[in-house]
Amino acid sequence: MDAALNLAAGEPVEDIEIHLLLEALYRRYHYDFRHYARASIKRRLRQARTQLGFVSLSALQDALLRDEAVVTRLLDYLTVQVSEMFRDPGYFRAIREKVVPHLRTYPSLKIWIAGCSGGEELYSFAILLHEEGLLDRTLLYATDINPAALEIAQSGVYALDRIAAFTQNHQRSGGKSSLSDYYATAYGRAVFDKRLRDKVVFSDHSLVTDAVFAECQFVSCRNVMIYFDRPLQDRAIGLFRDSLSRRGFLGLGSKETLRFSEHANAFTEFVREEKIYQRREA
Amino acid sequence: MTVARAQAVVIGASAGAVQALSHILPQLPASYPLPVLVVVHVPAAPSGLVALFSAKCAIRVREPEDKEPIVPGTVYFAPPSYHMLVESDRSIALSMDEPVLFSRPSIDILFESAADSYGAGLVGVVLTGANEDGAAGAAMVAAAGGTVLVQDPQHAFATAMPRAARERCPAAQTLPLNTIADYLVRLGAI
Repeated sequence: MDAALNLAAGEPVEDIEIHLLLEALYRRYHYDFRHYARASIKRRLRQARTQLGFVSLSALQDALLRDEAVVTRLLDYLTVQVSEMFRDPGYFRAIREKVVPHLRTYPSLKIWIAGCSGGEELYSFAILLHEEGLLDRTLLYATDINPAALEIAQSGVYALDRIAAFTQNHQRSGGKSSLSDYYATAYGRAVFDKRLRDKVVFSDHSLVTDAVFAECQFVSCRNVMIYFDRPLQDRAIGLFRDSLSRRGFLGLGSKETLRFSEHANAFTEFVREEKIYQRREA
Repeated sequence: MTVARAQAVVIGASAGAVQALSHILPQLPASYPLPVLVVVHVPAAPSGLVALFSAKCAIRVREPEDKEPIVPGTVYFAPPSYHMLVESDRSIALSMDEPVLFSRPSIDILFESAADSYGAGLVGVVLTGANEDGAAGAAMVAAAGGTVLVQDPQHAFATAMPRAARERCPAAQTLPLNTIADYLVRLGAI
């Protein structure tokens, strides 16, 4: 790394470059990463700089201001998410055993998978809801800011070598059927059943800049907000609060918490160890 | 030689980690004034490290949540399947970015972000392990003016990781395991 850059007095050059690059990305293309957790974004930008072949982040910024193709490639570094179906099986088991009895009491359901990335979480929910007999009365919103990720989610196609892990997770989550009931294989890939996404609205939505669009009974947003700084986390959690119906549910990642949020008081812990919260009555 | 006052310790360990850390962490007193951030390569699923070391240690041992403020006198183990980073406001940031050198958590990622944040106030320790994780991170700790300690490979359970760290970071001091514990305890007494 360019240690010499850090020897100058004042703010390290690289920190200035990061600030300017994120500002440029926002002003030119309206992708707003300005309040992303800085430590992770710095690492990703360093990687993008090296792998896209620029000598500095300023050079990368120069290119992206003038060439939309560079932005598309940069987005792949900035929004990369790694997930798997039924990730953290205990989370889905808790939904099945403790949340579904509440969801059954509604004649129709809306569920928002915020930051759905390649759709693994979405299909996990769709399968769980199908197994519990609730899919027919549910509308799912799957949102992300990365158009390429949304396309993958919409296609429901995953590499076959990932299916073993998905299957194991599904069983450990209390799955009532065989995961293989839900996909067909072809050309080394698994294609998930189109019926799972008949009632899914895929949409470009940003937790940074966009507003509430529906009233939901459940919002699942796991391992997305770890990439946000505290003020942006508060914005997102405020959005979730305003999106949830009275006593609606919010599911977070296993190492995420509302403890440090200004909206902590708007929720109660519903399944503490699985990070499932419930919106308090106003 | 002027040494900046130490503000934090980061430790990376892989194969043989539990045994090596058992020589270090229990020696730290309950009043140890620095935070200690540790990455151990463990398989996904609950690691059991917090329970194991809480029982052996006087110092507080935790697996942190995202955005948790870093406080002195605490050992933080990176949660399984998450990278653990340090933010400039001295809080913990977790990430699920791809594994680095097949590892998540990654020692390099912790060391790199901690070096950015603590600069010359950081002490990095590379212990036993059978891969090269930690070498690039150790070099960045040194480049930021911090101190790097490497377990003497001759006595390490697995030699590759301390050897790689020494190669990438010539400024590193090589120390036997029990001396590393002494060094960290003395740092805390300054």
